[in-house]
This record gives sequence, C-alpha cells and structure tokens, in this order.
Amino acid sequence: MSDLLVTENMTRYFGGLAAVSGVNLRVAAGELVGLIGPNGAGKTTVFNLLTGVYVPTSGKILFDGRVANGLRPFRMARIGIARTFQNIRLFRMLTVLQNVKVAAALRARQSLSSAVFRTPGQVRDDMRIHEECMRLLERLDLAQYADSRADSLPYGVQRRLEIARALATHPRLLLLDEPAAGMNPNEKSDLMALVQRLRDEFSLTVLLIEHDMRVVMGICERIYVLDYGEVIAEGTPEAISGDPRVMAAYLGTEEA
Amino acid sequence: MLWLLGRVGGVALLAACLMGISVWLTNNIETYYFLVLIQCGIAAVLAVSLNLINGITGQFSIGHAGFYAVGAYVGASWTMLWRPQLADNWPWLATGNLSGDILNLLIALVLGSLAAALTGVVVGTPSLRLRGDYLAILTLGFGEVIRVVLLNIDAVGGARGLAGIPTLVSSGNLAAFWVFGLLIAVTTLTRNLMRSTRGLTWLAVREDEVASDAMGVDTTRVKVTAFVVGSGFAGAAGVLYAHFFTGISPDIFGMDVSIMITTMVVLAGTGSVTGAIIAGMTLTALPEALRFLKDYKEYRMVLFSTALIVMMLTRPQGILGHAELGFGSFVRLANRFRRKERGSAA
Repeated sequence: MSDLLVTENMTRYFGGLAAVSGVNLRVAAGELVGLIGPNGAGKTTVFNLLTGVYVPTSGKILFDGRVANGLRPFRMARIGIARTFQNIRLFRMLTVLQNVKVAAALRARQSLSSAVFRTPGQVRDDMRIHEECMRLLERLDLAQYADSRADSLPYGVQRRLEIARALATHPRLLLLDEPAAGMNPNEKSDLMALVQRLRDEFSLTVLLIEHDMRVVMGICERIYVLDYGEVIAEGTPEAISGDPRVMAAYLGTEEA
Repeated sequence: MLWLLGRVGGVALLAACLMGISVWLTNNIETYYFLVLIQCGIAAVLAVSLNLINGITGQFSIGHAGFYAVGAYVGASWTMLWRPQLADNWPWLATGNLSGDILNLLIALVLGSLAAALTGVVVGTPSLRLRGDYLAILTLGFGEVIRVVLLNIDAVGGARGLAGIPTLVSSGNLAAFWVFGLLIAVTTLTRNLMRSTRGLTWLAVREDEVASDAMGVDTTRVKVTAFVVGSGFAGAAGVLYAHFFTGISPDIFGMDVSIMITTMVVLAGTGSVTGAIIAGMTLTALPEALRFLKDYKEYRMVLFSTALIVMMLTRPQGILGHAELGFGSFVRLANRFRRKERGSAA
C-alpha cells in the first residue's frame, strides 16, 4: 500500500511556542489511524495544519505524493482532505440536505451565469447533486431528516451529519476531530461501527482524534501519541497501551 | 436551444404585459401616487440587492448608497456628457424619440451597473480580511468617500449635481415598466441563484465561514461575487433614479440612505428576498402615508426607530424571517385558515 499522507518534520510555532514540532506522520491508503494525546498536546493543531487552516512554519505535508503545504482550506478540501470539527460546525439554519449539498458543490458543474439564468444544464446539474446527496443521506441513515434544520437535530445525529457533509466532498482522507465527544455509550458503539463501515464502503483513509480510549483502541489499526507537540509513541493499540512513555504523558511519572 | 427560445419568448411576453400595465398606470394614476410607486420600486430593488450581500452572504455592509450613487452618476454622465459627443458621429444615439431613448437607457443601465459592480470589487476585496463590525465601518466610510469624491468632481456639477437629465425612463410612459421590470429581473435572478447548489454556498458562508472553507467553498470568491452582483443591481437602480427624477446631487446619496436600505434588509428578515421587497416598499410608502402629520420628516424618523425597536423586540428574525413569500405560502395560509374555521365550527 502506498502512503496517502506523509508529513516530514511538520512544525508550527505560535510566537515562541512550538504547538507542533517535528511531527512525522505516515498514513497508508485505507488505514484507520488514531491520534491521541493529553489536552493541549497539539492534536487539533495537526488537523488545522493538514486542512490548511494554519500553514506549517517548517516541514512538509505530502498528500498522495504531492506537496500540499500552504494550500488554502478550500483547496485542501478539493484535493481530497475533508474534516469534521471538534465543536460541531454545521450550517445551522440550513436543512440537512442543504448542508450536504454545500459540500457537494465543489463538484458542481455550474457557473454564476448558469445559476442565475437557470439554464437546462444547470437544472440537470442541480438534480444530479440532489440525487447524489439524497443517496448519501440514505447511506448514513439521515434521509428522514433531509428537510429538517440542522440545529434541530439531536446531538448524535448532528455528529453524523458532520461526517456526511465531509463525505459529500468525496474525500480520500477523512479527518475526524473527536467524533465521539459528548456521546453516550450506545452512540459511541454506533459511531465505531459507522466509521469502520464508511472506511470500507467509501474506500477512505481515516485519521481520527479521540479521547475515549475504548473508541480509539476499538477501531484504530495504528495510533500516534502526541505530547507537547511531539510524537512520543507510535504503534498498534496493544503496543501503545503498554508503552511507559504514553502512561507517563497521561498520568505523570513517579518522580513528578 | 429550444429552451432559450422559450425563455426569450416568455420574457418578451412578460415585458409586453408590463409595458401595457405601465402605460395604463401612467394615464390612470395621479402623478403623486405614481411618484411614490416608482420610489417604492427603486427602494425594493435596492433592498433586494443589499440583501444579496447582507442577508444571503452575511457580510454586514452599510454603505449601499455609494454603489447606488456610482450607478446614477455614470448613467447620467453617459446620457448628458458622453452620449452627446458620440451622437455627432452616430445619429442613432440621439434621444427624443422612443427607440433612441430606450437604446440610450439600456446603454446607461449597462454602464451604470458595470461601474457600480467594479466599485463592488474595490470594496469587496478588503472585505475578505474584515468581519462584522469592522466591515460595517469600512463600507460606511466607503459610502461617504464616494459622496465626497462626487462633491469634488466639477464635471458632474460638484455640490450642485447634475440637473436636467433627459427623462429617458418616462419616455413612452414606460417608467413603471423599467422600474418594476428591473425589480422582477433582480428578484428572479436572485431566486434562481438561491435555488442552485452554487447559491447554497453563499448561505453557507453566512452560516459558518470556517466550515464552508473546510468543505471546499472558495469563501473569498463568494464574498467578492456577492459584492459585485449586489452593487451592480444597486447601480442599475441608480441609473433609473437619475433618468426618472432628472436631477441628482451628492446629498441624495448620503449616509441616511445607506442606513435606510440596511434598515429595510434587517426589517425584511435577513436573507428573505420577498421580505426585502415588502420592507423596501413599506418603508418608502410609510412616510408618504404619514403626510397628514405636519413636520412629517421628524415623525418619520421617530417612526422608523420605533418600528425597528418594536421589530427587534417582537420578531428578531424579521418580518418573514428566512421564509419566502410565494404562491405556496398563500396555499398554506388558506389551509390553516380553513382548519381554524372547521375547528371553531366543531
């Protein structure tokens, strides 16, 4: 399997603080990889670097063999990196279907003039996107909410909609930022099953940040542990859970 | 290409009907009411155009009178300053006959809206870096800059402005046709955009810029396009104003006009196109309806502020909120009414 995402010494400073320093990630196509670490370890900063919200101070991001440093977020989305947010960021006043359509719009073949004059090609394209988005909602079991406003949905469903919206961009790499945060145990189990199913069905590569160890250990094939902006351990869930450095990072060392 | 033929035919038919109505209105309505009607139409165009920027794309712009002024001045400059020079060589550019007037008005409309749209690029571009209050201050300042610049250009009369602009709009009793034709055009184009997938990305920018960016929406482009289209429409309204009222000066495009247009959009329910039309017309007709009061001008401002305060307290989402008024909503209203009747009967 080829590497879909590689970072080489990815570093980001905020003033004098290295939020992320010298991070080397290597994610193969089709893998389901976890990114864990204590609060403030720099996990979300890594995501923000990978999605173009921040530009790395130094180091490289390679996506599918091409350098992706410094691309604006919407470009990152267009080359195939999609994400969800730690704090849900849906388009609250839009319907579920509209939320997904916005993300699918990057594949729309329409211009401003075709849109305002509503040409037959435009109508066809809108229909195509409509049907495609409805199918996507069905696959994520969201079809019954299609016309409900996003902010009227229960919390777990909103989380699922965020994933659906990210999938509508047809990503190759899906970044999930704490998808299980705030969920009850049942919802968490559903989520784990969902992530695994989507990975197979959409032939995705998934990188996820998660605090819930049951979720991380349950679905990730490989895990990176981040502390103070550096990768302190990497390996299978079993190896990670027994690693003394990881325990030290989470629980503190005996001397401390 | 059959659809194009159908479309053109439809537009021609609508235009013909509108022309007929326009001629009838001019002959059968008192001049005073007719003037109010035209002002209502222009205000509605302005409200719909600002709604594109403020309501739909969520960029709080409060200098819309600036774009309106650019359109009015460029349109009037064409008719009064540039056209006469060209007409020496090209006699078909002469005004005074119906076809010449229509042609020249169309040219003025194109030039006026293009110039305003171009100004929209200039204002829209810094808006990429500014948000909320900061953008509001920038646009407010920009509106004033336009006014002061016009005040200092002698070619367009400085503080005196331009007077005696040919009444191209009223030629052939077509004033209502032009104004309401523009309103219908602007509304239709906006609604078409809102129905498209592309239009949804504009709403997404209003809802959450970070998330739209992450979903592949080029937010920069959306915002600048909104400014360009919105200000182009306002420019067209300005052209019609200049050629109907035949006199323009910098002080008619002051800050109060900008604030008034913003008020219409807020009152409309940010994002609602039909709401913007209703609010634009109401706020224009209201002071006229209050003419029986003496010193109505002062009362008008009191009324505005009161209306806004009451509005914000009782319906913060605006008259229509995010809903649109269409045939469907009448059906729904009728159904609800019928249910209620049945309920009271039982």
